[in-house]
Amino acid sequence: MSYFSDIYHGIRTLLTGMGVTGKYFLHSRKGAITQQYPDNRDTLKMFERFRGEVVMPHDENNEHSCTGCQKCEIACPNGSIEIIWDRQVDPETGKKKKLIDKHIYHLGMCTQCGLCIDACPSDAIKWAQNFENAVYDRSQLTRVLNRPGSKVRAGVEE
Amino acid sequence: MYSSLIITNNIHSWVLSWMPAAATGIIEMIMIALAYLTLFAVLGLFLVLMERKVAAWFQLRIGPNRVGFFGMFQTIADALKLLSKELTGTDKADKFLYNLAPYFLIISSLMALAVFPFSKNLQAFDINIGIFFLIAISSIGVIGILLGGWSSNNKFALIGAMRSGVQTISYELSVGLSLLTMILLTGSLQLSEIIEVQKSGWLIVQGHIPAVIAFMIYMIAGTAETNRAPFDMVEAESELGAGFHTEYSGMKFAYFFLAEFINMFIIAAIGTTVFFGGWLSPFGITESIPWLGVFWFMIKTFALVFLMMWFRWTFPRLRVDQLLTLEWKYLLPINLFNIVLMAIIIWLNFTIQF
Repeated sequence: MSYFSDIYHGIRTLLTGMGVTGKYFLHSRKGAITQQYPDNRDTLKMFERFRGEVVMPHDENNEHSCTGCQKCEIACPNGSIEIIWDRQVDPETGKKKKLIDKHIYHLGMCTQCGLCIDACPSDAIKWAQNFENAVYDRSQLTRVLNRPGSKVRAGVEE
Repeated sequence: MYSSLIITNNIHSWVLSWMPAAATGIIEMIMIALAYLTLFAVLGLFLVLMERKVAAWFQLRIGPNRVGFFGMFQTIADALKLLSKELTGTDKADKFLYNLAPYFLIISSLMALAVFPFSKNLQAFDINIGIFFLIAISSIGVIGILLGGWSSNNKFALIGAMRSGVQTISYELSVGLSLLTMILLTGSLQLSEIIEVQKSGWLIVQGHIPAVIAFMIYMIAGTAETNRAPFDMVEAESELGAGFHTEYSGMKFAYFFLAEFINMFIIAAIGTTVFFGGWLSPFGITESIPWLGVFWFMIKTFALVFLMMWFRWTFPRLRVDQLLTLEWKYLLPINLFNIVLMAIIIWLNFTIQF
């Protein structure tokens, strides 16, 4: 008797499928997922998990939380991060401390794998959501992430 | 052939006023042919646009919206592009058959289009074996596909064409038998006669259970006849490139493309005429205005076309063995049983008539 139950199940599952697509059809006006990109350039916001490029957030005192531990540099599989660092005397404690001079990031070599961000112990670098990364000259793809004159936030330890 | 509709009578008397009576027949035939060619082109362009829009809405997209208002002129732009393209061909193609193939499809679908009653008496050719003619004509189209696949000297095209042969030959059996089930009710093959019968209730109401079964079988087999998804074994993009029209370009490709969409319209129009009362309005609400029949006919036909598009964008493609299993093990036995059921219902007078 599986012949008739096959027919019944076949028709029922087909109707279930048509119900799903029919629901999509009726809601397509409001729920269209198409982004008409160059038109909505001003309002288009990429979603939070989008991987645009690596940035280093600075607070209002021009302070970041990069301690120069170089874990991101080691984690990067294709060497797109270079950290130029120096040992300087910390004015507060009077001890020598490892401080970054430049955190160099080559966007042209980056594959957006995110291993550097996973490796960072002090959350100094994170993903930005911008996606218009095309430039006219390759040298513009090499970026210094820490701003000039910035220093590490007090209390952030290696 | 010359109708009681005022507009066609007016044209007839206008042509008679400046032509000798002997030549009017030819002139009017040419006018009808031009009207049908225009209908063919407009329908084709509109159906392609409708398909793209409906597909977009099913997939939560927007669809063409750049050319003209809401993308209204998108297909016209596409047609102009195809017109201007080079007509290429393969080196060792059988040039004669290769060039002939698109016209088989075009002509068969145009011939099928000619017998539909769009409204009361608005029909080019009221042949007394209408349904039989339609079934016969709709299977001539497959010759075009076979020729196109064979002559283009391409293995994908050949496989696609052979699959189309298998598919159309098996499924036109179901189309024919499901229509025969309804012919038991009407007692006539003439399309205008079939619509006269439906003035006391559309056939899908008159025949209730067996009519609904016949309608379901007709829609499945009809979708298969037009070689559309989920039965698009012929084109199967992921397996065969573009199937039988892989080697065609420009306007010859457009002929295949248009014919596919016109065939979809024809299958829907047969369904409308046989199951849903053709140009008859629901409950006879506009019976006094005959030209509104065109409106009702188109509404019903496009509803069925939409149903076929719904199938296409919901169901996955069948394998060849599944395709043949569906036809020979399921549709055909159910269909034969259904004819007997319909005959018993008519014999015992269980039909619903208003």
